[in-house]
Amino acid sequence: MNKVRNNRAWWLILPMLLLVAFSAIIPLMTVVNYSVQDVFDANTRFFTGTEWFREMLNDPALQAAVLRQFAFSLTVLAIEVPLGIGIALIMPRKGWQASAVLILVTMPLLIPWNVVGSIWQIFTRGDIGLMGWSLRELGYGYSITASPVDAWATIILMDIWHWTPLIALLCYSGLRSIPDAYYQAARIDRASTWAVFRYIQLPKLTNVLVIGVLLRFMHSFMIYAEPFVLTGGGPGSSTTFLSQSLTTMAIGQQDLGPSAAFSLIYFLIILLVSWVFYTAIMNMQKDKQDGEA
Amino acid sequence: MEWMVWTTPTTIFFSTIAAMLAGMTAWEVASPSIERKGFLPIATTRGDRLFIGLLSAAYIHLLVVGFTPLSIWLALGTSFLWLLILMRWG
Amino acid sequence: MTDSMPTTPEAVRKQAAAADARRRRQARPVSRQWRKRGLMAAYIVFVLLPIYWLLNMSFQSNTEILGGLTLWPEDFTLEHYARIFTDSSWYMGYVNSITYVVMNMAISIAVALPAAYAFSRYQFIGDKHLFFWLLTNLMAPPAVFLLPYFQLYYTVGLFDTHIAVALAHCLFNIPLAVWILEGFMSGVPKEIDETAFIDGYSFPKFFVRIFIPMISSGIGVTLFFLFMFSWVELLLASTLTATNAQPIASVMTQTKGASGIDWGTLAAAGTLTILPGIVVVYFVRNHIAKGFALGRT
Repeated sequence: MNKVRNNRAWWLILPMLLLVAFSAIIPLMTVVNYSVQDVFDANTRFFTGTEWFREMLNDPALQAAVLRQFAFSLTVLAIEVPLGIGIALIMPRKGWQASAVLILVTMPLLIPWNVVGSIWQIFTRGDIGLMGWSLRELGYGYSITASPVDAWATIILMDIWHWTPLIALLCYSGLRSIPDAYYQAARIDRASTWAVFRYIQLPKLTNVLVIGVLLRFMHSFMIYAEPFVLTGGGPGSSTTFLSQSLTTMAIGQQDLGPSAAFSLIYFLIILLVSWVFYTAIMNMQKDKQDGEA
Repeated sequence: MEWMVWTTPTTIFFSTIAAMLAGMTAWEVASPSIERKGFLPIATTRGDRLFIGLLSAAYIHLLVVGFTPLSIWLALGTSFLWLLILMRWG
Repeated sequence: MTDSMPTTPEAVRKQAAAADARRRRQARPVSRQWRKRGLMAAYIVFVLLPIYWLLNMSFQSNTEILGGLTLWPEDFTLEHYARIFTDSSWYMGYVNSITYVVMNMAISIAVALPAAYAFSRYQFIGDKHLFFWLLTNLMAPPAVFLLPYFQLYYTVGLFDTHIAVALAHCLFNIPLAVWILEGFMSGVPKEIDETAFIDGYSFPKFFVRIFIPMISSGIGVTLFFLFMFSWVELLLASTLTATNAQPIASVMTQTKGASGIDWGTLAAAGTLTILPGIVVVYFVRNHIAKGFALGRT
C-alpha cells in the first residue's frame, strides 16, 4: 500500500509514545546510571566507571548462563516450529470439532507462567506425579532434582507443551486463508501431498512463521517463571537461564551495580538479535513486493 | 529525580544521544534521506546507518572493556571513526 | 495416448505399476483421514494430561495425594476450593489479577488504535525506527527493568496499586497491540478512508463510526492477546505489589508452608487460574481462526 507522507501522524502516535516511554525509557536510563556506580542508597554511592562491565563479562557463571540460554532457545525452536506446522496441518477445519480443538490447543497459552511450572512440578514428581511415577515404574530412575539431563529434558518438554500451540495456531490461521480453489487445482493436477505443502501451503506460511519464530525466540530468551518453579535452576546451576541469574543478583543479593551492568549486556544481545530478525523480515517483504511489481 | 542516581558521565551520554536524535530529525526535515546501498549488505537510510553505528559502538566498548586492558578512550575513538565511515560510505 | 498398447515387457510392467499407484492414491484419503485424527488425538492427550493431573489433584485430600498415586480422586473433596473461596487473601488474588488485566487492556487498546492507524496509513519521519523501538520493548526481558520499576512506582506513590501493574504491563502490551492492529488495518483499503473524508466525515467521527467497526474482529483478537500476556505475566506483577494488589500468582507461593507444600490447595488455585482464559478464548474462538496471524496472511 502506498502511504501518504504526513508528519502530522506524530500526533496520533504521541499518547502511545508517552506511555511506552514512561515504562521503557526512564527505567532504562536508571539502569544505565546504576551500572556505573556502587549504590548503597541514593546518598551513599561511588562512581566505579566500567568496572562492573568488566567483572560481568568475565564472570564464568554468567558466560555459562548465556551459552545455556542460546542452547535452550535454539533447541525449542528446532522442535516447536516443525511440530507446530505439523499440528496446524492436521487440525480439523470445519464444524464443532474445529472449535473444540482450537480451544483445547489454546489452553496452555492462557495459563500463568508460574502455574505452568506448578503443573509440571506436580506432573513429574516421582512420588505423586503421573509422569515421574510412571517412568520410575518402568525402571528409569527419573529425577529432576538429581540429574541435569532429566531436568533439561523436562524443561524442554514443558516448553514444547506450553508454546507449540502458538506456532500451531499461527500456522492454522495462515492455512485457512488459502482459497479452496488452490486445493482443487492441485487435485486436478494430481499434485502429491508434498507438492501441495511445498508450493501452496508453505509460501502462505512464511509470513506467519517469521512472526512465530520471532515471538518464540524472544519469549524463550526471557524464560523465567517456569524453570524457576519446576527446578529452581538446579540441579546445581544446570537449568539457570539468563533471567533467573539476573533476578537472583538484583533482588536476592541487592547488587544494583553489577546486575544493572548485566542487564545492559543482556539487553544488547536481545537488541542485536531482534534487529537482525527485523531487518531480515523487512527485506523479505520488500523483495516480495519488488518481485510482484 | 534523586532516585535515578544521575552521574556526570551518564548525563553527558544521554544528552549526546538526545542531541543526535534532534539533529537527525532536523536534518531529515531540511533534506529527506534517500535509501542507498553502500558497503553494507543492505540498503540503508541515514537513520539506519546511525543506529548500526551506535549498536556496533556499544559492542566495541564491551569488547575493549571486557577483554582488553586498553583504555576506554581508545574504544570511544574507534567507535567515532567507525560511525563517520558508516555515515559516509555505509 | 501412445502408451495404451505396450510393446515391450518393460513398458507393461511400468503401466501396471502406474495403475497400481493410481489405485492406491485414490484409496489413501480414507486411511490418511484416520491417521490425521489419531495424531490429533495423541496431541490433545499430550496437552490435556498435565492439566488433568492438576484437576485430579485439586479434588483429592492431602492425605490421599501423599498416600500414594491414584489415577482419579477416590476420596472426592471440595475442601481446597472451599478454602480458596472463603479466605479473602486467596480470592482477592483473583480479583486483583482481573482488575489490573482489565485496566491494562483498556489503556493499551485506547492508545494503540490511533498509533496503529498512523503506522498503517502514513509515512513520517522516523516511522521505521519508532516501530523497531516498539518491538524491542516487546522483546525486553522484564527482569532487566525490575529494580528501576520498583523505584519508579515507589517514588510516584503507585507501589502496590492495580494501576502500577497495569502501566508496567503496557511496556510489552502496547507494542504488541500496535503490531497486531497495524496488520489488520493495512488489510482495509485506503479508498474507504478517502471516500469517508470526501463525504464530510471528520477524522474522529470516521475513526469511531466507520473504521473501528470494520476491524472489530482484529480488535477482538488484539484484546485476547492483551489479556493473555497480562494474565500470564508474574515477575513484574509480583514485584510491584505487596498486599493490596497482590496477584493470584504470588498468593500461590503461600502454599509453601512449614510442613511442606500444600499440594491440594496449590492444584485448586492453579485450576482456577485456567478458567478465565477458557472463557475468553470461547468468546473469540471464531475471530481467532480469522486473525491469529496478526492480520498478516
